[in-house]
Amino acid sequence: MAKQLMKGNEAIAKAAIVAGCRAYFGYPITPQNELCEYMAKYMRSSGGVFVQAESEVAAINMVYGAAASGALSMTSSSSPGIALKQEGISYCAGAELPALIVSVSRGGPGLGGILPSQGDYNQATRGGGNGDYHVPVFAPASIQEAASLVRKGLIVAAKYRNPVMVLADGVIGQMMEPVELDPNPIDIEAFPWAADGNSGVRPRNIVNSLHLDVDDLENHNKHLQAKYRAIEENETMWEEYKMDDAEYMFVAYGTPSRITKSAVDELRSEGVKVGLLRPISLWPFPYEVIHRFSKKMKFIFVAELSSGQMLVDVKLAVGYDTPVHFYGRMGGNIFEPLELVAEFKKHQEVLGQ
Amino acid sequence: MKPIKLVCAGFGGQGVLSVGQMVALLAMKNNKEVSWMPSYGPEMRGGTANCHVVVDDQPIAAPIIASGITHLLAMNGPSLDKFLAKVAPGGTVIVNKAMIDHPLSRTDVKVIACDFPGLAEEAGAMKSQNMVAFGALIYAMDVFSKEDAKDVILEKFGGKKPELNEANLQAFEFGYSKH
Repeated sequence: MAKQLMKGNEAIAKAAIVAGCRAYFGYPITPQNELCEYMAKYMRSSGGVFVQAESEVAAINMVYGAAASGALSMTSSSSPGIALKQEGISYCAGAELPALIVSVSRGGPGLGGILPSQGDYNQATRGGGNGDYHVPVFAPASIQEAASLVRKGLIVAAKYRNPVMVLADGVIGQMMEPVELDPNPIDIEAFPWAADGNSGVRPRNIVNSLHLDVDDLENHNKHLQAKYRAIEENETMWEEYKMDDAEYMFVAYGTPSRITKSAVDELRSEGVKVGLLRPISLWPFPYEVIHRFSKKMKFIFVAELSSGQMLVDVKLAVGYDTPVHFYGRMGGNIFEPLELVAEFKKHQEVLGQ
Repeated sequence: MKPIKLVCAGFGGQGVLSVGQMVALLAMKNNKEVSWMPSYGPEMRGGTANCHVVVDDQPIAAPIIASGITHLLAMNGPSLDKFLAKVAPGGTVIVNKAMIDHPLSRTDVKVIACDFPGLAEEAGAMKSQNMVAFGALIYAMDVFSKEDAKDVILEKFGGKKPELNEANLQAFEFGYSKH
């Protein structure tokens, strides 16, 4: 497909339809409304199903139903709406249902505000649903990457029979950039486990997350954990920017990682050997690569639009041998490159460099 | 090219978001890196709208322009008040002539004062005020060709409102040349 100038929300919706998603259930909330709108306009003419549900809770349970019957399905929302979906996400994980959940996050807690934020890192990577489950979380830094990660998310969801989340900040949802979509539907086989009304033809399929027998439930959990280890093994994604000779490392994801790249360039122009590591998958988190780099760093600087949520994962990766510093903005405010440079230099001065 | 950091601002309905989108389309067609970011916060609900457009040869770092605006299109008074202080020294400010009854508080910026409503009316459609502004902007940026800009106008509005094509193109011409 030719390059088009598209809003992130629209590119996400279109990428999902082109990839083969044929069932969308949603409920409006800023800043992801254009996604819902696009689906309302184009899903039916693409041969799919669109329902504006009566609530976010209803929407995720419709996703559960559609996925159980074998449809590649999807929902989207923003922070408070994702909070409402957590129970359904846990049920999808328990019943091993593939689904794509797009979260275009805004400032919180509570209703918060509608401007961009990364305060939902914990919500996305730790989840608010019950039980020992994980949801792969992919965080785009551009509209092009948002479209690619939606496609990738559907593939990973289908491959592992697990819900997948694309976590975009409000900037990614609202911004327009040139984007080129992969025109081909993703290649997945029909789901042999689906409850799709063929019980007369083959043994009846049952999709359920209830396991009352203790050993049965423990075995189910062991199976899920084995799957999560495979996802950690195969689906961890990150980008390294100017890390080859770096003595300092920024860690940032999503839109702030672009601003951080500018800070890296600015510091490099002053002769500071600094690079950026950008996690693309937030779960599984690139612990290993961050740990490996951390041994060579004078310090590590985490920048987020939150009070420091990914910071905890970076500290887990680094351990105690290398200092980890943090700078964040909240409420919808976004830092500028020179703001990061100034903060970085404060820590450099302390080191006496 | 030197990076362009453009803010287009005005009342909702004046077409400032469209002006920004047309610049973004032009940039894409000229193989530039570009981002377009609208205001979608509470201020939009109070009736004013703005968008930030960044054009560069390098990948765009920050799509939201916090300072160092190179080009400001202010179609109403509140927009001028809000963004004038953030214009870089030597930057260009494009304003509605009728708004400027006093000298600007900045003397280190270039001012293009344009009679948006008058020229739009002369072109044949009051609705085309943003095309006058687009013309003035393309003139001020001096990066993209007039022909490409006109193609973008037709591409964006030719299908939706073909009856306005003539007035839109004329309004663009006036904006480009009359200030």
